[in-house]
Amino acid sequence: MANEEAIKKELTDKFPFLADKIVIKRERRLFADVGQDHFREVFEHAAKKMDFVHLCIITGLDDGDNLLFIYHMARMDGTVLNVKTTAPKSNPVIKTITDIFPGGVIYERELVDLLGAKVEGLPPGKRYPLPDDWPANQYPLRKDWNPDMLEGKDGRKEEVKNG
Amino acid sequence: MAKVTIPIGPQHPALKEPECFIVTLDGERISHMDMRLGYNHRGVEKACEARTYVQDIYLIERVCGICSHSHSTCFVQAVEEIAGLQIPPRATYIRTLVAELERIHSHLLWLGVAGHEIGFDTLLMYTWRDREAVMDIFAALTGNRVNYGMNTLGGVRRDFTKEQLAEVLKVVDICEERTKYYIEVCTQEPTLINRLTGVGTLSHEDAMRLGTVGPTGRASAVDKDVRRDDPYLAYKDLSFKVIIDNHNDVFGRAVVRVLELMESYKLIREIIAKMPDGPVTVKAPRKIQAGEAFSRYEAPRGEDTHYVKANGTDKPERVRVRAPTMANLQSVAKMLENNNLADVPIAIAAIDPCFSCTDRMIGIRRGRGTGNSMRWDDLRNYGVKWYRKQGIDFTDLNRKLAKKQE
Repeated sequence: MANEEAIKKELTDKFPFLADKIVIKRERRLFADVGQDHFREVFEHAAKKMDFVHLCIITGLDDGDNLLFIYHMARMDGTVLNVKTTAPKSNPVIKTITDIFPGGVIYERELVDLLGAKVEGLPPGKRYPLPDDWPANQYPLRKDWNPDMLEGKDGRKEEVKNG
Repeated sequence: MAKVTIPIGPQHPALKEPECFIVTLDGERISHMDMRLGYNHRGVEKACEARTYVQDIYLIERVCGICSHSHSTCFVQAVEEIAGLQIPPRATYIRTLVAELERIHSHLLWLGVAGHEIGFDTLLMYTWRDREAVMDIFAALTGNRVNYGMNTLGGVRRDFTKEQLAEVLKVVDICEERTKYYIEVCTQEPTLINRLTGVGTLSHEDAMRLGTVGPTGRASAVDKDVRRDDPYLAYKDLSFKVIIDNHNDVFGRAVVRVLELMESYKLIREIIAKMPDGPVTVKAPRKIQAGEAFSRYEAPRGEDTHYVKANGTDKPERVRVRAPTMANLQSVAKMLENNNLADVPIAIAAIDPCFSCTDRMIGIRRGRGTGNSMRWDDLRNYGVKWYRKQGIDFTDLNRKLAKKQE
């Protein structure tokens, strides 16, 4: 686990506020909790200076009052750093990482469609993965969402009827 | 000449799955490509949250027909890590054996599809015939040609007998013999080489930048293979070579896949020779303690990842699936820039896309409702309107054609 300890040390040396926020779960798996304020600098440092050159995926999840975002980044040697950050549900704004990982654009579009995240700086393009006539303000991966909400005033049927 | 925009899809020219590639052409050359995906979105991730872990294994297995074992193994690995379950060594080896057999049938399938896309249907007939041998051995081992249902929490559901393993070796011998011939075809047949060389080029830098995975990345010299880098199952004890190529084009992707087949045959022989004795399953708890895990797996098409978060109940809090195609799709637009329109099918097919994998979730439609019926004209008008909204308009062209007819 020397490798993982070294990564932890390098991160905490550079960012002292991460001191008790990094957990080594097992060999090759580190989880780091980073506040939204410092997220960008930590993420950029890991990607550009620490060889975490591959963004596996961004996981978004409904965490009560907040939306939680996990950026799973990997090194070529197989070590995965999972950087977590949150944004309040009332104003779920995060900044895009597509300037560092252009391939991440589709993962961010998913966060927009399925969790209602607002991604600042996301390049314009076609939505993914919901249909074009999906009703506004319905985010299926939020815990309070269920399929019944598709019907009713703003439901899908109305949309279909109106063309 | 003015630029022309053509929608390719949602009915796809290369594979039997829906997705829409919107191609802007300058003459025969592609100047820009845009994508619309999501037609296969089935709500798997949301559905997982409403089912128990054991039910989820079966659901996750159906994310994809071809890499079904990849997805279910990746998922159970994550759950077992959270629960702290150590599965018996024999179960690990059986999972690895099925994984490598799956890689063989997937790569042979791809080779056939690639042959078909370039009009080399003989290759399709040959490879799919040989693939049948693998499918038959799957049916004999697991009872099914796809969706093998081998995995369960804490191990595998079936043990293999010595006789069954001997049968596997026979199939491997046949396939290896045939693959040697395909390697000759892929590397020496002038028609194939000329058709595939320089098509769908993706430089090493672009492949790295766009996060390309699997054979698509390895053909652009991206030295990445989860089996070696982040060993899981029995791969730590097994020896194999990661095939890297630097042709950066469809030809390179074909070479990587055929050579990987040879590695899989070697692996299977080693797995069977080393197969430990003992039980194949340990008892798993129904409720999984709170925790989270991120699991990676080298599926035939590239790195597959699953993130699972448990909350102490018998149902997961969140399941996140990222299939290899999703990571590779971003590179397709880059590959096709400045290529001919006629290269679209083979270039897309060369990443071995699987769109049902890519679009996993949501879209739960209720069974009730009145049900609408549309007349042919209405359907046509709906189609015209829909495309017009996407910025694709045939009005001018129709007018010109009508004038010509007059």
